[in-house]
Amino acid sequence: MTTRAPVRTSNLSYAVERAQLANGLRVVILPDRTSPVVAVAVYYDVGMRSEPEGRTGFAHLFEHLMFQGSANLGKTEHFSHVQGSGGILNGSTHVDYTNYYEVLPSNATELALFLEADRMRSIALTQDNLENQVAVVQNEIRVNVQNRPYGGFPWLQIPPVLFDSFANSHDGYGSFVDLEAATLPEAQSFFHRYYAPGNAVLAVAGDVDPAQVLAWVEQHFGDIPGRAVKRPPAFREPALTEERRHTVEDHLAPAPAVALAWRTPDPAHLAGFLPYVVLAEVLTDGDSSRLQERLLLRDRSATSVGGYVGVMGDPLDARDPTPFLLEVHHAPDVAADTVIAAVDEEIDRLVADGLSDEEVQRTVARMVARYLRELDPVLGRATHAAVFEQQRGRAELLNELPELLASVTAEQVAAAAATLRRDNRAVLELRPAGGHA
Amino acid sequence: MATDRTASKKAADRAPRTPPPLATQRAAKLPTVGDTVLDNGLRVLAVRRPGVPLVELRLRVPLAAPTGRGGMAHVARATLLADTLLSGTDQRDATQIAVDLQSLGGQLSASTDADRLGFGGSVLTGGLRGMLDLLAELLTSASYPRREVQGERDRLVHELAIHRSSAGVLAREALMARMYGDHPYALDLPTAEAVQDVRPKHLRALHAARIAPAGSVLTLVGDLSPARATALVAQALAGWTTAGETTPTPPAPEQVGRAALLIDRPGAVQTTLRFGGAAPSRSDPEFAAATLANLVFGGYFSSRWVANIREDKGYTYSPHSGIDHPPAGSRLTAGADVATDVTAPALLESLYELGRIATVPVSQAELDMARRYAIGTLALSTASQAGLAGLISQLSGSGLGIEWLRDYPKALEAVTVEDVLAAGARWFAPSVLTPVFVGDTDVIADSLGALVALETA
Repeated sequence: MTTRAPVRTSNLSYAVERAQLANGLRVVILPDRTSPVVAVAVYYDVGMRSEPEGRTGFAHLFEHLMFQGSANLGKTEHFSHVQGSGGILNGSTHVDYTNYYEVLPSNATELALFLEADRMRSIALTQDNLENQVAVVQNEIRVNVQNRPYGGFPWLQIPPVLFDSFANSHDGYGSFVDLEAATLPEAQSFFHRYYAPGNAVLAVAGDVDPAQVLAWVEQHFGDIPGRAVKRPPAFREPALTEERRHTVEDHLAPAPAVALAWRTPDPAHLAGFLPYVVLAEVLTDGDSSRLQERLLLRDRSATSVGGYVGVMGDPLDARDPTPFLLEVHHAPDVAADTVIAAVDEEIDRLVADGLSDEEVQRTVARMVARYLRELDPVLGRATHAAVFEQQRGRAELLNELPELLASVTAEQVAAAAATLRRDNRAVLELRPAGGHA
Repeated sequence: MATDRTASKKAADRAPRTPPPLATQRAAKLPTVGDTVLDNGLRVLAVRRPGVPLVELRLRVPLAAPTGRGGMAHVARATLLADTLLSGTDQRDATQIAVDLQSLGGQLSASTDADRLGFGGSVLTGGLRGMLDLLAELLTSASYPRREVQGERDRLVHELAIHRSSAGVLAREALMARMYGDHPYALDLPTAEAVQDVRPKHLRALHAARIAPAGSVLTLVGDLSPARATALVAQALAGWTTAGETTPTPPAPEQVGRAALLIDRPGAVQTTLRFGGAAPSRSDPEFAAATLANLVFGGYFSSRWVANIREDKGYTYSPHSGIDHPPAGSRLTAGADVATDVTAPALLESLYELGRIATVPVSQAELDMARRYAIGTLALSTASQAGLAGLISQLSGSGLGIEWLRDYPKALEAVTVEDVLAAGARWFAPSVLTPVFVGDTDVIADSLGALVALETA
């Protein structure tokens, strides 16, 4: 059996329509009548990096508060309206944005727009609801971090090793002390500063008539007063000049792990950034990737190998600075330095010998296929379009990404690998500390 | 005048705005499913769902585990069989298989449970033929190379240790063991010892005896022509002619509520509460009512359990209940991870909500909302290639066809408050459920013991 030439795909052709209201709200519409469903997503340009010192976890806590009542809706009514229309909904907090979304049968499109407009207009908070959601968030942290092996590894634990500034390095889930210190006036001023129409992008994808959507958007969002919006500050930090190492103990984990992190070039400039996104896959996507082949199949020194750009795993949804991450889980009888040395050898080999066009093309073929799979559901289209519009002013990137990925060359990938040096990285070792395994 | 106008404008601002009504919904078209049984006995379901240029693929192969002795060895072998199926054939080694999958823009993985072997994957449309050729090669000549089997075996032992360091996995294993006794459904994960005993010859023998086309179902959904895709399958998989046994999973034991089991996790900051019991199958006349009872109790965010122990009391982040459908018996499970210091109050409220759904009629408004959610989310779940492929494949595992998508909403429409009460009493009563708790015994045992009789592990 001989290897086939990698399958190629061309660009996509989803229609993208956009508008901006007088109050500054940006609107992106992606009509598609294939199935009678619609996704509505609102992206606010505020995230974990926006939190003030002493208020770690505030952006995420605030996301919870956005479900506790708004101008004309009581606590939990947002949920009951969406679910009672046959839809699903959620919100999530990221380093540079907080999003809220619904997927519903398309007869509920106007309802979803009304609901999002209502909480953009104002939120209704009580001390009881604030305290209730602090307790809920603390339980979220217990179930996802404190009572779970590898709970914050490495996404909460590597930023303070790789970065120095509070914005880039702090725990975005938050300390219990900071969460308990949050007050209603702080929530109101956070809302006023960051939840202005001009700081948001609204995306609607699916079974809709764009003109009708625009009319509804104007009707429900149009009279929300505009407020002055500050551009997000630059978070860039100077490059590392020597390796940083840190060790954490995990009392639930039965086996060790190690994470390596570097700072990538500014994601705003795709031509210089995408080679790192492809490099992560060349190193870690599947048995034929460099590090899986070496550590899992050949050396048998590791039990799992992962690599990705962005602390939360999506390379194209964070601004500068953002990390390139490698994560290796290994057996207790293998030293972390053995694993790290093998990783270094493979990176050195990639830099010295380069890689074939075929290796890049097949890696990209699967990346494109995975991306298409994310875009097939209306929600995937709405969320990608919203973040591209918010951070890059180009929802159309949605259609262009396959060819942009395909244009990355073997030389660019090797050049990116050459910047993953020993003297500019952060190393985080996780050691098991007497668990219950 | 000016003052008046300002006043009336302000009044308009303050006037409550009410949510707009729902528009009339156009019905989703029932997909047309190409349904063909090939000469070798393989059933092929193919659906055209253009959108992105991909094809989704699901293959179910019956691989039931036996009851009693031999069950654990089977589960260990089946698990490792899935882990090493893509590790080599008589024509390609593991790396070559991975290279070829990438080149096709494809991904493919195998997994097993107590009933079956499953393949799940997707591929760029231009790679469908290559994917089917690879699938045929795996099905007819997977070689289970010694070195790869050893490596995956060690990795599986390691991963099992990691899994079992999670409170949720410990609780689920204990719950399944308690519900199912010596039935294979008790064996959610294999033991490390059973995995260590597996040799390549066991995998080759299991594959030769059981990985057969008769009784297997291949589902393809995506940017394809059903006739052409089915012809491609017939051509690619013609050589898969294994005459295997198609043993059904043995009947699961009848579920009776057993005493609560408490498992110690010293120092745990949360207690993992789990409940399990029987549930009606998708073809049971009571299924629609049980689905709605489940939603009202704890099956979605707008449920009573979430409103109570999360949104009112803040005891937990994510309480949830659901019904799943293993072929030998559908089941209800419910779970919440609650802060250690409120474990007993959280159990008290959970028992209250279970008791309430079992003994007090739901309101018409609660029922209608749950009904709209069930009907609406069914439509959402079929709106993507992957969602539709998964659902068609699951339905085939329950012996149901695409018409279920048309008939089930009608059944939901017909459910009454009385039906929900009957389903609640039958399936949700605390007395018919088996509870398992994982937490810090020193802190929680006494107060839990005040509410329920406890057995300790």
